[in-house]
Amino acid sequence: MKTFKLGGVHPAANKLSDKAPIVVAEVPALVAIPMAQNLGAPSKAIVAKGDKVKVGTPIGEPGGFLSSFVHSSVSGTVDKVDVVEDATGKKVPAVFIKVEGDEWEESIDRSKDIVKEIKLEKQEIIDRVKAMGIVGMGGATFPTQVKLTPPPTAKPECVIINAVECEPYLTSDHSLMLAHPEEICIGVRILEKAMGVKKAYIGIEANKPDAIELMTKTAAAGYPEIEIVPLKLKYPQGGEKQLINAVIGKDVPSGGLPIATGALVQNVGTAFAVYEAVQKNKPLIERIVTVTGKSIKKPSNFLARLGVPIQNLIEAAGGLPDDTGKVISGGPMMGKAMPDTNSYMVKGCSGILVMRNEEARRKEASPCIKCGKCVQACPMGLQPLFLAVYSEKNMLDAAEEERIYDCIECGSCSFSCPANRPLLDWIRQGKPKVMGILRQRAAEAKAKADAAKAAAK
Amino acid sequence: MNVILIALIALGAIGLIGSLLLYLVAKQFYVYEDPRVGQVEEALPGANCGGCGFPGCHGMADACVKAKDAKGELGDLFCPVGGNDVMAQVSSLLGMEAAAADPKIAVVRCNGNLCSRPKVAVFDGAKSCAIAASTFSGETGCAFGCVGLGDCVKACQFDAIHMNTETGLPEVDEEKCVACGACAKACPKFVIEIRKKSAMAKAPTAKRVWVSCINKDKGAVARKACNNACIGCGKCQKVCKFDAITVENNLAFIDSEKCKACGMCVAECPTGAIHATEPVMAVVEKLKAKKAADAAKAKEEAAKKAAEAKAAAEAAPAPQPVAEKVAEAPKAEKQ
Amino acid sequence: MLNVSLSPHVHSGNSTRKCMAQVLVALVPALLWSFYQFGIGALIVTLSSVAFCVLFEFLITRFLLKTPTTVGDLSAIVTGVLLAFNVPSNIDIWILAIGALFAIGVAKMSFGGLGCNIFNPALAGRIFLLIAYPVQMTTWPTEAGYADVATGATPLALIGQYVNGADVTIPSIVDCLVGNTGGSLGEVSAIALLLGGCYLLFRKTITWHIPVSVLLSAFVFGFLFFGFDAKLAVEELLCGGMMLGAIFMATDYVSSPMNSRGQLLYGVCIGFLTMVIRRYGAYPEGMSFAIFIMNAFTPLINKYVKPQRFGVVKK
Repeated sequence: MKTFKLGGVHPAANKLSDKAPIVVAEVPALVAIPMAQNLGAPSKAIVAKGDKVKVGTPIGEPGGFLSSFVHSSVSGTVDKVDVVEDATGKKVPAVFIKVEGDEWEESIDRSKDIVKEIKLEKQEIIDRVKAMGIVGMGGATFPTQVKLTPPPTAKPECVIINAVECEPYLTSDHSLMLAHPEEICIGVRILEKAMGVKKAYIGIEANKPDAIELMTKTAAAGYPEIEIVPLKLKYPQGGEKQLINAVIGKDVPSGGLPIATGALVQNVGTAFAVYEAVQKNKPLIERIVTVTGKSIKKPSNFLARLGVPIQNLIEAAGGLPDDTGKVISGGPMMGKAMPDTNSYMVKGCSGILVMRNEEARRKEASPCIKCGKCVQACPMGLQPLFLAVYSEKNMLDAAEEERIYDCIECGSCSFSCPANRPLLDWIRQGKPKVMGILRQRAAEAKAKADAAKAAAK
Repeated sequence: MNVILIALIALGAIGLIGSLLLYLVAKQFYVYEDPRVGQVEEALPGANCGGCGFPGCHGMADACVKAKDAKGELGDLFCPVGGNDVMAQVSSLLGMEAAAADPKIAVVRCNGNLCSRPKVAVFDGAKSCAIAASTFSGETGCAFGCVGLGDCVKACQFDAIHMNTETGLPEVDEEKCVACGACAKACPKFVIEIRKKSAMAKAPTAKRVWVSCINKDKGAVARKACNNACIGCGKCQKVCKFDAITVENNLAFIDSEKCKACGMCVAECPTGAIHATEPVMAVVEKLKAKKAADAAKAKEEAAKKAAEAKAAAEAAPAPQPVAEKVAEAPKAEKQ
Repeated sequence: MLNVSLSPHVHSGNSTRKCMAQVLVALVPALLWSFYQFGIGALIVTLSSVAFCVLFEFLITRFLLKTPTTVGDLSAIVTGVLLAFNVPSNIDIWILAIGALFAIGVAKMSFGGLGCNIFNPALAGRIFLLIAYPVQMTTWPTEAGYADVATGATPLALIGQYVNGADVTIPSIVDCLVGNTGGSLGEVSAIALLLGGCYLLFRKTITWHIPVSVLLSAFVFGFLFFGFDAKLAVEELLCGGMMLGAIFMATDYVSSPMNSRGQLLYGVCIGFLTMVIRRYGAYPEGMSFAIFIMNAFTPLINKYVKPQRFGVVKK
């Protein structure tokens, strides 16, 4: 079985909600839809207090090139445009909507029929994806239309669908594959058309044999260009660079875009969202979210509307236990810890993980014993212990020489450190500083070259 | 004899070759430097703290000499560590008149101590303010205030800032702080400000007043997160006779250039967010005592009036609302 | 109240203490063999060495550095056992005490404790004793017991004499493999040490890079230096401190390079230096010096030998 070449760790999978069916989460009386739901610039609210909205009405427009539309996930009246806390407690603008009934925009096809024929052309697909507010559903929330418009020099060869779900606990992608295999395959085909390629792979880790079997069967039945690739269990296989390496054996060049290898990587959830957007004209207004944890009574997979309070979802899964020490938005390896449960459902939230107090606490860090386990674990071939020290001491030149900018922040180093050192905490401090220096240097070099060009003329 | 001779010749030859090499290298790689740079550097404190904005004292000395040659004056160049004395020395070395600058000091603009700012979450990562600040909004409801993990203490080269374990906030040592600004740069929340040390340059002990809060949330939100927060009520602005206070984004700011450290605003602030040094506080105490006395007097009078009104009301039931208003007045003050 | 930290929020559960405990477990087979081979002497030496190391570490952290004691991480016990493994089983206790003091006090704690030491503490202790007390350190018992036991030459010395043309019989490969020879307390049984090595590899405490590269390079250079005699080269691998060094001393976390490329270079150099010292040096044993020298080069290797990077193609 295939896997990526360097490093990697094996955290306990703990897929507690593995067998849980997708349950439609209840729509509350009031939702708050944050305007910052994508990587890049936040969206701008285009509704005001008192406006009537339906399910699927756009309520936010892109606030820049790297930004997307936001749609109302409920029907009702806009209560106010105010701020809410995001998952990390930071204040972001949001539209509050009082729910009245469940009236959908007429343009949305709500039937259960599977639409196979792809009528739209390449550019139309990309425009539709943009208009429907689709972003990367794996958690990075990169606006999909931007990813589908690679630089003109790129030569796309294939689409790789990330159905790895290497994060422990999370099962949202798994349950999606079991529920909608056909739709996913059509979504993949739409992505192929948008990219102008004729080959696609779906990478699935070996701990989901039922999904592998079902997807293989579905693909074989009508989508011969889609190849299901079972992958050996190893974290961080879902990292874009690692997945490309595992599936087609190519390296994304350091500092380059993944498309340089000819592969476009999209999450399986994104493929499904693209299917709904293109074939059903349905904006991204709901997603599957895993609510799980060892102390949660009913680990579940919910189909939740955006803007639903996180609190409600936890309640629906049996409530927040008393001994809760940490609540994480996302998985345990890369998710964000929430200071409270006052935030709301967003496009990038693939899971809510509740950890007991004793699991949540980090152990006291002891001195580094130079065992090199972080070096063995690093999937990018870096030496995290040095990077952490250089970041802590602000030795940015040395950090640059050790290629801190290649770090994908997967957390394998901190995970494997026997001395419990917070390696990634520190690396995250140094990385943006070095990136800033690199950008500045590039800008200066460009300015110099432009000046030289101008002088030559 | 022969042995000694050989040894002498060999050693001599090595020495000769070595010195020749050294001479050549020194000649080849000689860099001319203005001798004044060395002199100026000598005069500087040699702490290499970076408070002047240059990587070290050598850079500062170089900049001073260059500024003198280019403009004939030092302009903004100032060594916060050495202060006016050192700058005077530097100026005289370069043959110029010294321009005095006001001494400055680091001021912590947060007074959300452990009691006034209850924790709502616990940070469990590496002990660094920068990391905590990049992780989430903060352990307390206030997303603006001091993180309390001591990045400023680590940044200080002069042992001038320490964490007070009772309040959980850093405290600046009046004597040791040289206003190099390292702590202000290290603080991820920009809580520390470099301000004029004293409103009166001649005062024996520093007199200064500052708003010890940078919370820009609306008053009610700020107050909920922290008892000592500036709620942007604007009372200080009204009471200031020197036009030194501005309220912007629900936050008051005192311009240290205009402030005369009269202490009026400190006495007026309903949340105690405006802080002052001890000599000012002595004045403030008096002001507060006077205010309290005035308030008591007013209350007495109000009571008297109310009694009169009541007596009048008993006669004719008309002026009821007046009594209500008077009863409300002290309550509003308390809030 | 909820805890908040940056990701990752889970941990492998590994700890310094667990790593050290795994090394101790891996040392058990060799320890048992040494009890069988050298009897009560092995027991006395091992126990007192461990006791001295732990005691010195405790005293230094408690009274000199005034920091919380680090005895709990078990590294002092590992040092103690390894130091005992590197001395003859009839050594005087007071010499052992000096060795332990040097190992813990000078080689480890004066550099800042576990993680900061440049040299493997047990190795530094052994080398210090070897130079300070050469007679006691090279009088090897050939039978069980502690005081007044018969002593004799080690197989390494015999091989040395044999290669130089002396008429001696060298021990058989089987004897070397099992450990039926004279030598330092823990180094005699190659099989027991290999067993421990397999355990460490199985538990992923160490990687294969250092032991394999040391042994392979020692074999190749042994073959070259000892007159292209494969049997002698194999005996060189099985005798003396080779196995102990390759599996337990050279793989010491702190004093070995960080990444696998560096580790391979480090191992090859150790094998080469060992064979040079054994064949051409004044000492019959070269393993400890070779590791010691390479310990000094570890920072340099770390600086210049980088791991295989992802997405970087050599031009």
